[in-house]
Amino acid sequence: MNFDLRLPIGLMFSLFGAILTVFGLVSDPRIYERSLGINVNLWWGVGLLVFGLLMLFFALRKPKG
Amino acid sequence: MPINIHLAGIDYAILTLYFIFVLGIGFALKRTMKGSADFFLSGRSIPAWVTGLAFLSANLGAQEVIGMAASGAKYGIMTSHFYWVGAIPAMVFLAIFMMPFYYGSKARSVPEYLKLRFDEKTRGFNAISFAVMTIFSSGISLHALARLLETLVKWDYWTCIWVCAFIVLVYIFLGGLTSAIYNEVLQFFMIVLGFSPLVYLGLRDVGGWSALKEKLIPVATAQGYAAGTWTQSWEHLGNPIENPMGVNWFAMVMGLGFVLSFGYWCTDFLVVQRAMAAKSMSAARRTPLIAAGPKMLFPILVILPGMIAIALNNQSGGAFLPAGADGHPDYNMVIPSMLAHYFPPGLLGLGFTALMASFMAGMAGNVTAFNTVWTYDIYQSYIAPKKSDSHYLWMGRWATVFGILVSIGAAFMASKFNNIMDMLQLVFGFVNAPLFATFLLGMFWKRSTGHGAFFGLVGGTLAAMVFHGLSCAVGVAPGIKGGWITPHFLFRSEMGQNFYMAIVAWTSCFLITIGISLLTARTKTDAELKGLVYSLTPKPKSENEPWYVQPAFVGIIVLAVTVLLNIIFW
Repeated sequence: MNFDLRLPIGLMFSLFGAILTVFGLVSDPRIYERSLGINVNLWWGVGLLVFGLLMLFFALRKPKG
Repeated sequence: MPINIHLAGIDYAILTLYFIFVLGIGFALKRTMKGSADFFLSGRSIPAWVTGLAFLSANLGAQEVIGMAASGAKYGIMTSHFYWVGAIPAMVFLAIFMMPFYYGSKARSVPEYLKLRFDEKTRGFNAISFAVMTIFSSGISLHALARLLETLVKWDYWTCIWVCAFIVLVYIFLGGLTSAIYNEVLQFFMIVLGFSPLVYLGLRDVGGWSALKEKLIPVATAQGYAAGTWTQSWEHLGNPIENPMGVNWFAMVMGLGFVLSFGYWCTDFLVVQRAMAAKSMSAARRTPLIAAGPKMLFPILVILPGMIAIALNNQSGGAFLPAGADGHPDYNMVIPSMLAHYFPPGLLGLGFTALMASFMAGMAGNVTAFNTVWTYDIYQSYIAPKKSDSHYLWMGRWATVFGILVSIGAAFMASKFNNIMDMLQLVFGFVNAPLFATFLLGMFWKRSTGHGAFFGLVGGTLAAMVFHGLSCAVGVAPGIKGGWITPHFLFRSEMGQNFYMAIVAWTSCFLITIGISLLTARTKTDAELKGLVYSLTPKPKSENEPWYVQPAFVGIIVLAVTVLLNIIFW
């Protein structure tokens, strides 16, 4: 049987979210001049992390059978 | 000023991680590919939300992301007609009226439906023209992607072609349609989540929606149009000279809406295949409706950036978009310009990956549709019938390799038109415009015959070609863009010419099919047409679903919201 697609989606976006969040915290603030002064890596990273974890949560919530 | 995108280490990390997931899905699905039905139809086992998003994403190729943003800049909010007049009504019609026949007949492809409903020659005509067209489209996607990467990040054109083609090849070769569908869903989320911050930053930069409207006024007036032309979708459709698309409301509604969009969304196997892979009749019927939800909102993601970019470009005296060869801004550079302009390293990797994903989704969709039609409708029907199922599975895998190699060849010949959208419209016009008449008559008029359908299709396609040869857009030299017989009918724009060509092709096919059907004897009995024709098929049972998830109800809601969107942006 095919696997639940929410697993790879959740995993991938959790990883993207984590990478961007950490990068947003440690990166030089000057790179955000072009994004209108907003630390978009941090904010969108957190958003992606939440989305990814929600996907994982729903994929793993209900065990088979 | 050419655009350069400088990718940092973190951007490459995101890109690499994405491709690891894409290929990983292929490898993980390899063991589920036991027979040809698994490879070509996903064993009819996929839940509706997955097929729905894949249905949408299979169409997210080059023409969607780059082309719609380009049209947004070139034509403004009128571009939304491709969604709110074109796609959505067609998707609802497919779900409610046509899916019961596609799914219920157990046809394995759209051409096979034509074989069951009409005859062998109708299927053959459709299968062969479709196979050629899909491979051509796949090549266009590939070419557009490689050219873009070459321009933006200075990667070598042929390296891009081979690497991208190889990735698509591997995951389809291993996991067949399921792999393509799963990756299309992944790509859907990449595109939505990768481009939303872009739209947010662009809109914030321009000062919000009302400021954008304000700034689009000089864009319109400088080209001699009324002030609100870029932000009103219907107001300026009375006369082709009043709007930059150069079409009137009749061409828009009948040509784009009824003929081209219904022809594409309801009969193109590329998208219909996704719904056919659904696990049940109700899941198959819900597929286009689930796709319609996000589709309705896609103008925000793909058209709005174009409007923002042209407003900012106008405001800054041409500093936002690079100039194209003809002196106008290079509209196809809207999304890349915005990525380069607003995204810092990190998010840039995400947006850039989303852009690559969109091209590969388009290519993979074409390849899976091609390998199915090739294997079932051409190879099994004409070349090697009655082989074992594992032989066809083997053939499907190698058709994938073959199809991708031909796509690479087709990538050579794809740079004549400055707007990818116009070119695809032309190709769809010849082949797809008459098709919807054939399906409409086939599904709803049991008297239509195989001879009628076949000669209707051939006649409709010829009518399109002849019309194209007799018509031309103002200011365009007769040749590849029309008028090669003699430029007798002059249109305000190529788009207007194409919409009328579609109307002519559809009408010819419709009338020829009716005429010849009445002159020829029926070859299929009522019993043989059960499940294939509306009047001879029992109404689909609701499968004990609550009323609020039934296709008719959801379809009406979708249409009501679409009407509302049209009124809001009238």
